[in-house]
Amino acid sequence: MKYMSEYRDPELAKKYLEEIKNTVSRPWSIMEVCGGQTHSLVKNGIIDMLPDSITMIHGPGCPVCVTPLNLIDKAVYLASEKEVILCSFGDMLRVPGSQKSLLEVKAEGADVRILYSPLEAVKIAEDNPDREVVFFAVGFETTAPANALSVVHAHRRGVKNYSILASHVLVPPAIKAVIDDEESKIDGFLAAGHVCTIMGNAEYHPISAKYKVPIVVTGFEPLDVLQGILMVIRQLEQSKSSVENQYARIVREDGNLEAQKVINEVFEVRNQMWRGIGEIPESGYAVREKYAEFDAAKKYNVTIDEAPENPDCISGQIMKGIKKPFECSQFGKKCKPTNPLGAPMVSSEGACAAYYHFSGLVEA
Amino acid sequence: MAKVLFGGIMKEASLEMLPDANIDDYVLVHVGVAISKVDEEEAQKTFKYLEEIGELGDLTDVDEYLPKTN
Repeated sequence: MKYMSEYRDPELAKKYLEEIKNTVSRPWSIMEVCGGQTHSLVKNGIIDMLPDSITMIHGPGCPVCVTPLNLIDKAVYLASEKEVILCSFGDMLRVPGSQKSLLEVKAEGADVRILYSPLEAVKIAEDNPDREVVFFAVGFETTAPANALSVVHAHRRGVKNYSILASHVLVPPAIKAVIDDEESKIDGFLAAGHVCTIMGNAEYHPISAKYKVPIVVTGFEPLDVLQGILMVIRQLEQSKSSVENQYARIVREDGNLEAQKVINEVFEVRNQMWRGIGEIPESGYAVREKYAEFDAAKKYNVTIDEAPENPDCISGQIMKGIKKPFECSQFGKKCKPTNPLGAPMVSSEGACAAYYHFSGLVEA
Repeated sequence: MAKVLFGGIMKEASLEMLPDANIDDYVLVHVGVAISKVDEEEAQKTFKYLEEIGELGDLTDVDEYLPKTN
């Protein structure tokens, strides 16, 4: 067992599809919350093989996509400062700000670095004591422990020239916001397996009970996604609504307690702006006062004016699942991965990029 | 820091969030931090699920036979 390729077996995938077809008796709409699952659905052609009565709605689960425009502008501003080394994950660099992307300021000579892990950024700070290292820390609950850990490491090792520009988003409040949105009509959810790896499943039980929706914590390989869809449909067909765990090989009911501890040490819950969606109460993390010296938002008290979004981009409707990427007039025309108008076309987890690369709909 | 083999590529990962990880364990690593250990017994369930629900198809309450939620 390698616990990866085995979950891509085409024969078993066919059997799952068969069982899904046999189980469905009427139309259902299912939202996969995580962009990684959107990617898996589109890349593996699952979306085209599901029965017509099942509509998959792509959720807001792409952290890069929902990072506020204003914060990208702030990162671009900081990166332009001579003493700053601005570090982030690769996807973040191409997201268009109101004027420029981080990649464009890098081309103009700014010291912008792509890192695999925030822990590397602390090392860069130690190696460059006369510079200021800022890590643009975006992500869901999955990424929060690593970002928090970088702050703990910097604190422990007395690193004074390290800070994070935090834009953390939380999944359960977003699911609630999506259900509460009058335009959306979703019967069941695939919850994001890697988010639950950290946080566990506890937060989903009250949501499932209150809104009477099945929520299945699901992995990312084709068989995971197919099994998750089947589990949701079985519940729907039997008029049930509970939380089930398809991804139990990775996700424990309580999550990862060590990771929750370090998150709580460094972060506190706050209201958070989601690009394209708006403010969602208690849906993000702010750096606690105790670690204020590592909080770039406080360390560099710059005010950047709110800029308007590109009027041609309908990313908000895409991320709430109201419209599909190919329903956008700019999709594949003015807006491409090489020239993205909005974030969902940039990130590997963005719905527009997934459709552009894999759906074959671009030329249609 | 621990050494983790990613399908032939060796990289370093922090085990601070997974203190009970041991040599030869399969772990999930996200941005340089190991966050979960693969449960080998649970890992089999995706391959057996169809069989299980097939055998139990006529029963009204199959929940106790489905993959456990914990």
